[in-house]
Parts: sequence; structure tokens; C-alpha cells
Amino acid sequence: MRSPLRLERRLEQPRWLNWAIPLLSLAAALVVGAIVLLITGKNPLDVYQRIFERGFLSVRAITGTLRTATPLAFTGLCAAAAFRLGVINIGGEGQLYVGAIGASLVGLWMGDSYPVGIVIIAMVIFGAFFGGLYATIVGVLRAQFNTNEIITSLMLNYIAAILLNYLIFNSFSYWRDPRSAGFPSGKPLEKRTYWPTFEIGGVSIPFGLLLAVAAGIFLWVLYRRSRFGFEVGIIADSPRAARYVGIRTKWTIIVVTAMSGALAGIGGSSQVGDFAHYLDAKGLQLNNFGYTGIVVAALARLNPLGALLVAVLLGGLTNAGYSLQGPDFPSGLVGTLQGLILFTAVAGEILMKYKIRPNRAARKAAVAS
Amino acid sequence: MTGVVKRFPGVVANDGVEFELRKGEVHALLGENGAGKSTLSNILTGLYRPDEGTIELDGTPVVFNSPKAALDAGIGMVHQHFRLVEPFTVAENVVLGNPETPFVIDTEAIVERVTELAQRYDMAVDPRARIWQLSVGEQQRVEILKVLYRGARVLILDEPTAVLTPIEANALFKTLRAMTAEGRTVIFISHKLDEVMSVSDRITVLRGGRTVGTVDTASTNTRDLAAMMVGRSVDFQRVVRTAPAQVDNVVLEATNLCGIDDRGRQALHDVCLTVSRGEIVGVAGVAGNGQRELAEVIAGMRTATAGTVTIEGSPVSNGKARSAIAGGIAHVPEDRLHTGLAAGHSVADNMALKSYRSPILSRFGLLKRQAITSQAADLVDKYDVKTPGTDTPVRLLSGGNVQKVLLAREFSTQPKLLIAASPTRGLDVGAIETVRARLVEAADNGVGVLLISEDLEEILSLADRVAVMYEGRIVAVLPAAEATRENVGLLMGGANLEASR
Repeated sequence: MRSPLRLERRLEQPRWLNWAIPLLSLAAALVVGAIVLLITGKNPLDVYQRIFERGFLSVRAITGTLRTATPLAFTGLCAAAAFRLGVINIGGEGQLYVGAIGASLVGLWMGDSYPVGIVIIAMVIFGAFFGGLYATIVGVLRAQFNTNEIITSLMLNYIAAILLNYLIFNSFSYWRDPRSAGFPSGKPLEKRTYWPTFEIGGVSIPFGLLLAVAAGIFLWVLYRRSRFGFEVGIIADSPRAARYVGIRTKWTIIVVTAMSGALAGIGGSSQVGDFAHYLDAKGLQLNNFGYTGIVVAALARLNPLGALLVAVLLGGLTNAGYSLQGPDFPSGLVGTLQGLILFTAVAGEILMKYKIRPNRAARKAAVAS
Repeated sequence: MTGVVKRFPGVVANDGVEFELRKGEVHALLGENGAGKSTLSNILTGLYRPDEGTIELDGTPVVFNSPKAALDAGIGMVHQHFRLVEPFTVAENVVLGNPETPFVIDTEAIVERVTELAQRYDMAVDPRARIWQLSVGEQQRVEILKVLYRGARVLILDEPTAVLTPIEANALFKTLRAMTAEGRTVIFISHKLDEVMSVSDRITVLRGGRTVGTVDTASTNTRDLAAMMVGRSVDFQRVVRTAPAQVDNVVLEATNLCGIDDRGRQALHDVCLTVSRGEIVGVAGVAGNGQRELAEVIAGMRTATAGTVTIEGSPVSNGKARSAIAGGIAHVPEDRLHTGLAAGHSVADNMALKSYRSPILSRFGLLKRQAITSQAADLVDKYDVKTPGTDTPVRLLSGGNVQKVLLAREFSTQPKLLIAASPTRGLDVGAIETVRARLVEAADNGVGVLLISEDLEEILSLADRVAVMYEGRIVAVLPAAEATRENVGLLMGGANLEASR
């Protein structure tokens, strides 16, 4: 039996595919999601409308969406930055935790004696530094010993989680609030050092999101226009060609991995400074920001500006999920939809490389029979 | 095959190809790179589908949707680059992908059948050996066995001798004869004239995607074939130089270079070599005698364990490609597409690969995209690169045009020394001529050229002096007048000239 369709390799990848395929993937995910909803006896149009309303249509909805999008933007950029070089850093999760540890350390330490601006800047820098340093372990191992970075970065995620639990639950560390004897929790920051929010038409935009946008633009320029980005592209395409023109491959791997970790680290700073205002060991681990960031990067086709958009999109979906949760809106639904989106995005990848053509022979055979 | 047309973006690879195959013949498919030979064979084996035209097998029209469909119809291909699983044994590779292979493999039966097949066609190979243990020639035999095992009646061999030594090639020709004697048919793709003359019964020549004609081998000669292939007669004379080498102006001085290969074995032993302005120095040798390591050490891609390299008297930092480039060393490596170029990048990016750090192409760490594009457009024009545009990835260009991109970039850096490693390997007659003319032109303009090649003809027709490498040493440096085929051949084989006289 012949299939009526066949795949034919594309020799060129037109630019519009970069837009069309993610959109098509999203549409396909919604269609499949609709089937799932129909099976469970729900009206898909109704459900989608409610998700859309709760995610994007009201001032409150948008505020919540941007709040959820902020960490995803950072972890999405983290993944995109490293994947561009062909370094599959899936350690955004751990790097975000470690960034949060660094940011809360300096925030607590400087909180009552330094000017607010200095404290906030120090929190950003420390988050970036801690996250970057943590990722450098992965980068150095990869550059020097060609260790598989997928495994090292994944393992470091578990170590970071254990460290986080240790600092808050299993020790009397600097981060733990000594007054929280019953249920252990992080020491709260000084109120005055909370990161600012900016109001536009009633929507409050967290400072962290602005940082993420700035980082996205920086990354876009870096990879699209800079010499460094050019070198990253050459290494990813052909390591031998990079050696041939004298590009410092090992150094570039270490720098890019550190930068990738620093981005996730700032995401951790933002969790502390923007939202939790203490080192929230439980909350950080609840949301899988780092892993969702990989989905964000993949959907954005590793484009940094695209990652910002996708972060808002997935943020909206997640946010709607939170607020709609209830007996007629199962909590697993949003996860299902996100899974479907990832699935169709990965499946859509094949359309970048191949085009679908009708199988002429099969059609003829069908006519003949 | 009648009126076969296959289009790719910007190129028509097959433009009305006519091809007829008779049972039991060796039919050579001759043509330059980019003439459409590979496209045609890919259509025949079901990898591509023709946009127009028909294929008939024993008088019935057929359409192959996949390589499997072609194999089922008895058409099998031996690719130039082998598709073997290295850790597996020969027998395992032979049955791999064969739908008749049962879930539980009866190794003994397979080994027996493979041995029987191998003996029938005089192909010495141990069915129990693992692929990685085999020489390239033996690996090719495995590929042929694989296709025979599937019961192919028509075998397509894509440039099968490119990887073989002359002795292995002769053995292959014998095997092909044995197969045609049994009624199998062979399509032999090549651009080597002598070889085609000696192995085939009939020859079809392709040029620019079209069939030029089909001739009986007995009634033609290499000169006529070359004319059909390139559309004009080519002569193979020694190139005439307009400017002599300036012997007292030394460009490259390599002193006591030692180096190790990728496996950590010493590949260079105290190599000393000089190249003067306007001089072409040929490095002859059988592949794997340290030529690649020599080129890489001089070009700064490989760290020398001892010795120095100077360009016009100033030292080049050991193992620093950037220092070598800055010092004026241009390098056309053996592996063009993945070392000399970044295959997935555009023509424009590749043209800028060595100069993107210059103030003309970037400022404050940011690239000047327009300057990069216009530089590429100029070079494409000047070096006659056939490409749909400067933003086309180089992997889509044909072999000759890939080499043109590389040469254009290397010459545009205005080098003092040019290292060219096998610069014409795999190119067609027309492109070979162009590349050689460029090398001579460079030398005439005062560039020192270090020409590393396994093609003795090429070295003898171009070089002013010939250095012969054997087991990591330069065993002799001969002036052109003394560098005869016999002398150089003997030295390449490790013989001592004085002793053999």
C-alpha cells in the first residue's frame, strides 16, 4: 500500500516558513486539543474563548500573563542562546535556581544599608553571575573534554534543586527565615528593595520583563549582526571550518554557555526581586520554568525576539489555566495543550526541511483499481 | 529513459536526458561535475523523481518512489560515499535493510551466501570482519555485495575508482566483467577518460544536463570523449609560465617541522621546505604520508611539536590559524566543503569567512552586511561562480563552483603564500583547467604556491620544483627538469634514487 502523500526534501527554506510553520503548528495543536475537549464532552470553542479572555483580553488577565511570561522569556532566551551554537543546555532550570540564590544573597545582605537602585542592580548582576558560573561548569566540561552537555546540564538541575532545599528546609542558612520555625521559608527582602513595576493603561509590567526584552534585543543583535554571532554560526555549521579560520571554538563554547546560564540566572533574580521577595524554594520548583523555556526556544525557532513573543503566548495559556481551574476546567487541560503545542512544533520542524507532495503513483494506482 | 527533466531551484540538473541500457553491458556515464550524472542516477534509484520524462524497464513504464522500489525492480546503487555500519560485520551489513531478513538472523547461512557471492565475482572479503577493520577497497566490495545480495540486475557505481588504488581498481574492473558475463548490467559513472575507455562497452556523455551522445567504446578515443564532455578540445600540455620564480626571494621557510596526526602518531619528521616568490613547489606523495599534516601545520590549523615557520622572514605563531592568515598564508584545504567552507552558510558569508574581522566588513564588533554582500557579488562576478545568488548556501553549488568560491576568497586576501591541497580532485575537466590557470596566474603575480597533490600529472605539469614526501619526511626536492614520472614515482614508493640507478 502506498501512502497518498510523500515527503520531498526542500532545497531552499523560504523565509516565510519561519512564520508560517509555527503558526500552523499552533493551529494544529488547537485542532487536536479541540478533539480532546470534544471527547471529554466540552465545547472547544467555548473553552478556547475562555482561555483567550482569561489570558489576553482584560487588564487583569494581561497583568497575570506578563507575570508568568517573565521567567519563561528568560529561560527561553537561555535555551535559544546555547542551542544556536549547538550546545544543548537544558540546565536553564538549575541555572535559574542558582541565580535566585545569588540574587537573594546580595539582596538580603545589602538590603538595609544601600540605595535601592544599587541593590536592584546588584541583584541582577549576582543572579547573572551565579547562573552563568553554574552553567560554566557545563561549558568547560564540553569545551575541554567534549562531555555531553545534555547529561551534565540535566544532572546539575537536580543538584541545584537539592541545594535549594538544603538552604531553606534542611539547614539554618543565611537564606532561611529564622522566625519560620514551624514551616521553614526564605528570609524576606526589605520592602523598599522590591523590584518596581510600571503601569501602562492599568497593566502592570514587571521590571524583570523589561530586562528580558532588553536581553532579547541584545541577543538578536548579537547573533544576527555581530562578529561574535557570526563565529557562533560558523562553529555550529562546521567546527572544522571554524578551526580553519582560527575561531576560538572552546572559548566561544564557554562564553556562550555562561551567557546562556546568566540569562536563566537573571530569571531567578526576577523571581526573587519581582514576585516572591524571598528565596521561595518550593515555588521555584513548582513551575518548571527552565524546561518550559526549552519549549519556548523551540517554538520560536531559536529566534530571541520570537522567544519573547512565545513566552507571552505560553504565559497567557498558563495564566488562563490558573484562573480557570475548577470542576468544569480540569487543571491538566493547560498542560495537555502545552504538550500538544510542543508536539506539533517539533513535528512542524520536518516541514522546514521537507515539503509534502501528492504521491502521483498512488493516485494512479487508486484510479486503476 | 526518455526526455528526463529534473529541476532544482535556480538550476535544471537534467534537461531532457536520453539514456538506453542494454542487458549485459558496462555502460559508462561520462560528464563533468554538474553535468547531471548524479541527478540521473538518483532518479534511476528512486531518490529523486523526474519532473518530466519517462523511465521504461524491459519495455514497461515504471515510477520509483523510493530506493526500495528501485531495488525491488532490480536496480541498485553503490554510492561514492559508503553507507555502512562500521561496528557491524560484513555479513550483517549485507543483510541490513533487506526486507527478507528474518527477525532472528541465521548468521551462518548469511556468511555462507556472502562467501559464495564474493567468490563468484572474485571479491576477496571476509564476511566475519567488521567494517572498520577493512580497507576502503574492501568496504566498496561490501557495498557491491549488498546490492548483489538483494538480487540487483542493474548496478550503478558512482565514481567507484575515486577512492581506490590502481591495483584495487583493476580488481574492480575484473569483478564488473564477471558480473556482465552473467547477464547483469553495470552503469559506471566517472569523469576519468582512461578508465572509461578501458572498462566500458558503450559510453553516454552528458553535458549541462543533456545527453550529448552515446558511442561504442571501440569506435572512440579519449580525445574525442574529452571534446564531447567539455564541448571543445582540451590539451594536456605543460603550462607555460610568463614570469619566472624569483629564487632569492624566499616567501616560506619551514625549518625542522615535526607534528603528530589525529591519532597521535608522529606524521612529520624534521621537514624543511622553502618556497620563493612566484614559485610553484609541488609536494608529491602517496596519500597519508604527512602531506595533510604539513599543510595544516603551515596554515596554523595544527600545532607543530617542533620547528618553525616563517613568511618573508617573520615567524608565524605555532598552531594559530589567525596568525598564519595575517601573515599572508592562503590555504585551499583538501576537504573544501566542510573545512574550507561552512557548507550551510551563504556564498556571501563564506566569501567573508577570512576577512569578516577587517574594518571593511565590520566595525565595533558589528558586521557590515551590505559590504559583505557587495564584496561577494564582486567576487562571484570576477571568478565566474555559477550560483543563483550570494545568499545561496554553498552546499547547493556544484563541486566546481564550490572550489571557485574557495579560490575566490583565498585570492582576495592577497596572499604571499598559497597552500593548495588536491585543488582539482573531483573536479571536471573544464574546472580543472580553470583552477590550474588560477594557480599559475597567482605564481606569475609573485605568490609562492605550495601545491600538494596525489595527481602526479598535475604536479609535473605545474611545479618548478617537486618535493617528494614519504613516511612524514621530504625524501627529495627535484627541479622540474629532473622530476620525471619515473624518478618521482620511485621516490614516492620509498625507493632511493641513487641506489636504484
